[in-house]
Amino acid sequence: MNSATLASTRLEAQFRFKRTAPPADKFELSVNLQLDPGITILFGPSGAGKSTLLDCLAGLLEPSPARIVLSGAILQNSAAHVFLPPRRRRLAYLFQSPALFPHLTAAQNVAFGLRDLSEEERASRVQDLLAAFRVEHLAHRKPGEISGGEAQRVALARALAPSPGAVLLDEPLKGLDAEIKSAIVDDLRAWNRLRRLPILYVTHQRDEVDALGERVIALDRGTIIAEGSPHAVLDAPRKKRLAHAAGFENHLSAVVQDLRESDGVMRVRLSGSETELEVPLGYADAGNRVHIAIRAGDILLATRRPEGLSARNILEGNLDSLEIHGAMVVCRVDAGAVFRVHVTPGALHSLQLAAGQRVWLVIKTHSCHLVEE
Amino acid sequence: MEALWLSIRLAFCVAGILLLLGIPVAYWLSQTRWRGKFLVESVIALPLVLPPTVLGFYLLVAMGTEGPLGKLCTAWFGHTLAFTFAGLIVASVLYSLPFAVQPLVIAFESVDSRLLDAAAVLGAGRWRIFREILLPLSVPGIITAVVLSFAHTLGEFGVVLMVGGNIPGVTRTVSIDIYDDVQSLDYAAANRMALALLLISFAVLSTIYAVNRRVWSPWPSK
Repeated sequence: MNSATLASTRLEAQFRFKRTAPPADKFELSVNLQLDPGITILFGPSGAGKSTLLDCLAGLLEPSPARIVLSGAILQNSAAHVFLPPRRRRLAYLFQSPALFPHLTAAQNVAFGLRDLSEEERASRVQDLLAAFRVEHLAHRKPGEISGGEAQRVALARALAPSPGAVLLDEPLKGLDAEIKSAIVDDLRAWNRLRRLPILYVTHQRDEVDALGERVIALDRGTIIAEGSPHAVLDAPRKKRLAHAAGFENHLSAVVQDLRESDGVMRVRLSGSETELEVPLGYADAGNRVHIAIRAGDILLATRRPEGLSARNILEGNLDSLEIHGAMVVCRVDAGAVFRVHVTPGALHSLQLAAGQRVWLVIKTHSCHLVEE
Repeated sequence: MEALWLSIRLAFCVAGILLLLGIPVAYWLSQTRWRGKFLVESVIALPLVLPPTVLGFYLLVAMGTEGPLGKLCTAWFGHTLAFTFAGLIVASVLYSLPFAVQPLVIAFESVDSRLLDAAAVLGAGRWRIFREILLPLSVPGIITAVVLSFAHTLGEFGVVLMVGGNIPGVTRTVSIDIYDDVQSLDYAAANRMALALLLISFAVLSTIYAVNRRVWSPWPSK
């Protein structure tokens, strides 16, 4: 076992990565992060760029410009054309899948990264690691003969075998049940107690963040949108991504009245009217002007005041006009502001809608999207 | 029987050479991001669509005393490759190249790239990843490549006739022998040879399929 390192290990990285190969959906990752000893959670929705970020750190992808430093050792410095290949980075990297070599036994898998050791040293290191992750009884089994949780334990032992300087874990416990998950994490913490290595742990599940987190980095669409304690990062849905304004038929300007952070919502008053809407929390404080976009197809129309609905916004208004466009009817409803609502011709007939009629609009809170101006 | 042994000897030599030649070519094809890769793929696949006589004709011209290959060989060995066993090997290697390279490329490409990434992160270099991960995981594809090139060489006719002629003990393979027997109306001899070839082919294929179900097979695995 390594003696405790006195100088603290730290992984620092600033880089940009543009995806060029298809699917070329103009994805750009741009981050600046610092990992101190202990577990840091990288949290974000799928497609946020979490796996890409880890691949860049590990050298499986080459970001540019980039500067990646592990405890003083430069892994990449694009300004000086330094790029260490993955095999020389001393990083442990565990993928979403165990990726065990199917033709080797569990023990041989763990030994793969220990080629520089003598035979006895290697055998004893493999033995220690398999024991640390409670899979020593599987040493001579092949990956095809063990369960998913066991395979992930072996994969963890294999990744940690070559005395890494930092650990990257990409949703390593995906698909495992909560009990097995927390047992594996406990073993990982125990392994790291003396080593004090930075561990970057990727997940998109909130419960894992609450269970593990010392520090959380929230990633969305390739950028870090929040950093800090799990509570500070996760309970700040005000940093919710802003929707693209395109594709919405209704654009409303409004003023924030009050925030209800515990419910993740705020009330806004539409400009020039008394009408209020409940919308998701956004980058705003009371008194701020915000822009709200709602799809015409997300609004329900009723000819009587609806009751017993979960939707929080029920607005009374006047049906100003009706226009039939093929299989779609566009209604304009004045409810403080003019809303465009799409209904089907069938609904038009069964509700016997006519211009000048009294109607009610039903809008779910999360159908209201905050957009940039 | 002489023709049968000659064919088997030829098939063994060609399968062996194609294995040594096919693995690096297939590895390169499976790894390269070069844009002109399709050109190399097309050249390798040509024997699949060309009549054997066309390939044989160009090889014969190349191997003749005026051809580039012929001149080279005359300078080195004192005679050309045309109508020799060595000439047959060269022709057969080219003719069976796609049958060796394609299963190898498919085998290399179907190895999960995350396994190769894992090996790289664990400190393995290119050569070690190739030797210890890629190659062992491609064994079914390698077996397929060897069996197909062996079987394909055993049964070839047109290229052999063009390049090798029909010299007993040197270039007279079993398929040409059968053709000759039929031409001279010796159906009994033709039948003996044909049956021997049929049985050998069946034995080779059934052994492979019995040993390894995953080998390229027109039959779906259960």
